[in-house]
Amino acid sequence: MSGHKEIDAVTGAETTGHVWDGDLKELNKPLPRWWLYVLYASIVWSIGYWVLYPTWPLVSTYTHGMLGYSQRIEVARDIAAGKESQAKFVAAIAAKPIADIEKDPDLMEFVLRGGAAQFSNNCAPCHGRGAQGFKGYPNLNDDDWLWGGTVETIERTLRYGVRSGHPDTHDSAMPRFGVDQVLTSAQISDAADFVRSLSGAKADPAAIERGKGIFAEQCAACHGADAKGNQEMGAPNLADAIWLYGGEKSDVVETIRTGRAGIGVMPAWEGKLDPVTIKMLTIYVHSLGGGK
Amino acid sequence: MDPVSRFIRDEPDEAAPGVARIAVDAVSSKEARSLYAARQPIYPKRAHGTFRSIKWAVMVVTLGIYYILPWIRWDRGPGLPDQAFLLDFANQRLFFGPIEIWPQELYFITGILIVSALGLFLVTALAGRMWCGYACPQTVWTDLMIAVERFWQGDRNARIRLDQSDWTIEKIWKKAATHASWMLIGLATGGVLVFYFRDAPTLAAELVTGDAPGVAYVFMALFTATTYLLGGIAREQVCIYMCPWPRIQAAMFDSESLLVSYRDLRGEPRGPHKKGQTWDGRGDCVDCKACVAVCPMGIDIRDGAQLECIQCALCIDACDDIMGKVGRPQGLIAYETFRNMDARSEAERRPVQFVRSRTVLYSALIAVVLAIMGWAWVVRSPVEISVIEDRNPLFVRLSDGGIRNGYTLKILNKTHGARTYHLSVEGLPVTEFSILGQETSAAGMIVEASAVRAFKIYVTVPARAKASLTASSMPLQLVITDEETGDRLTRDTSFRSAGR
Repeated sequence: MSGHKEIDAVTGAETTGHVWDGDLKELNKPLPRWWLYVLYASIVWSIGYWVLYPTWPLVSTYTHGMLGYSQRIEVARDIAAGKESQAKFVAAIAAKPIADIEKDPDLMEFVLRGGAAQFSNNCAPCHGRGAQGFKGYPNLNDDDWLWGGTVETIERTLRYGVRSGHPDTHDSAMPRFGVDQVLTSAQISDAADFVRSLSGAKADPAAIERGKGIFAEQCAACHGADAKGNQEMGAPNLADAIWLYGGEKSDVVETIRTGRAGIGVMPAWEGKLDPVTIKMLTIYVHSLGGGK
Repeated sequence: MDPVSRFIRDEPDEAAPGVARIAVDAVSSKEARSLYAARQPIYPKRAHGTFRSIKWAVMVVTLGIYYILPWIRWDRGPGLPDQAFLLDFANQRLFFGPIEIWPQELYFITGILIVSALGLFLVTALAGRMWCGYACPQTVWTDLMIAVERFWQGDRNARIRLDQSDWTIEKIWKKAATHASWMLIGLATGGVLVFYFRDAPTLAAELVTGDAPGVAYVFMALFTATTYLLGGIAREQVCIYMCPWPRIQAAMFDSESLLVSYRDLRGEPRGPHKKGQTWDGRGDCVDCKACVAVCPMGIDIRDGAQLECIQCALCIDACDDIMGKVGRPQGLIAYETFRNMDARSEAERRPVQFVRSRTVLYSALIAVVLAIMGWAWVVRSPVEISVIEDRNPLFVRLSDGGIRNGYTLKILNKTHGARTYHLSVEGLPVTEFSILGQETSAAGMIVEASAVRAFKIYVTVPARAKASLTASSMPLQLVITDEETGDRLTRDTSFRSAGR
């Protein structure tokens, strides 16, 4: 722009000096000074970023900046800081027996939160995020336990699993009464009527009576004469209101017919998870409301 | 043109016998200022009089409160800060004497802010921008900065001469002393601010030894810089360009608001008055421009009410002084209402109506908000509880056919001692409950002083009572009872089941 300043006659404002189409002129509306100075200051400030922080991409690398900042380093530092802040809890969990941990409210808060997180990561795919279970996968909130609901038995199940292949695993198999033709379809139906009657289901009394005899012969060895199950062998309580594979007659018939054997597998977590995590999961599961 | 030379003109006028005509322009008046022009310096002259004295007093009181408040102690017992006023981030509380405000009670702060805003509206409706003119930190600190400037460089004329002169040793040290003093004031301002957030004596020692948290130094630096920049350098620019309040306040005035006004009916036509001349047929204004010279905003009050005027009333002091000298009645510039401004004679003047619809409305709103806050404070409980229902699973069927629901009960104990609470469950005819980690359901839940504790509660409706579950969601109440005081606190929740 030339040094000459033209003043627009109508507005009294300066023009930029450019002319279009012979007579079109543009008014010069400079930025307010304070605004302009803030802009300049920001530009100067930004140079500091070039020097201090990673800024410019190069062909195979980038300018690292003097501070050596990187988000990866930040994350690693955060993780280390997290571990550090957890260290005293982890040490206490490792050192104390479970009964003592359960009496320490501060430690319990850590265990239950950590246990919930570990449960979501490791257990929820089969047992559900709320540990509510699915057909064939036990609900861990209730008071019905296949292999025992004390902290000791829960920890054992967690460590060695069920039908997991681990040398110390829980193992059991219900016979395939129908598939292997041990019982006829009619007998299976009677047995199903009988076990369902134990938790109040209605059926023909004659069928129940026949089923009672079949039960005493075929089932009582594992499930007990009173049908209340046997946690030593993982035989479920058939007299309660909880059915792992469903409590409708068709469900129970299917269970007796096929035994449902071999499909319920719980992995052995020993070796996959560290002892402290297994301990936290034990306490967490025990705390879900059904713990004995 | 050199921005300073404009003030030195060949106008050796006398406005009236013994009254100099001051060569000064109202640089901030709407006509004179342009957004695109360089800022023109203002050299406010020292004023003497009633309002100047009031402003000094307000400055002493407000700055006194600001600087002294963090040092006042208040014993709250062991484990709690003994600072009377403290915004305690570590304990997540606001301490103010006997008052403790927890984060979930921030509505008290909201209430205080609402009352403050309404109070500002009320004062503005009654007497204009009293806040801007007397109490606003920007005004108070700018006033202080100008006083410091005057101390080192002298009054208006001396300062203009100094700015005009070459860079002599004298100019350098006077300017340096001024800016150094401003920065010290800024440092003191920022330095005291951080004491509101951390125990003052401890932090003072930490600041000296360099052990204070980094954020303390950052905020000190920030407030040192802003005090120096806004109070020392920017001054009236903040009020004219940065502050939203001048734009809003025009809606707060009405014809009965007392505003700093030039009574033009009496003052005009203005002009110099010579000895022995009659006052008939002319106004009382001798056009000495004393009112413009003292104005920290750089305006001419005789232009009428304007956005740039913070109504500090220094022009009243200046004009009253002149009126005394020329032997005319004081009050040519005065607190006046728009309506009385138009009065042509004393007979037309009306007493100011302080009670009018908007002042009544503001006062009523203030009273209502204060009443609500007072009520909330009185019924405020020393314990707060919240109940979170388990959502996954909603309910658990037990082996005997009973139904169990899980709840997380959080208890916040706001008292200064550990408390024990007992739980009971109400709303359903038969329920059993257990508290995770407690031997029996009757065991007390202990919550330490000033702490929140979460308890896992399991409520069971046994099989024999299932008939009471007539719907999939039944109302249920968890009640805690303070073992010491017997105070009960109830939270409504619900009991879920498959229903009938």
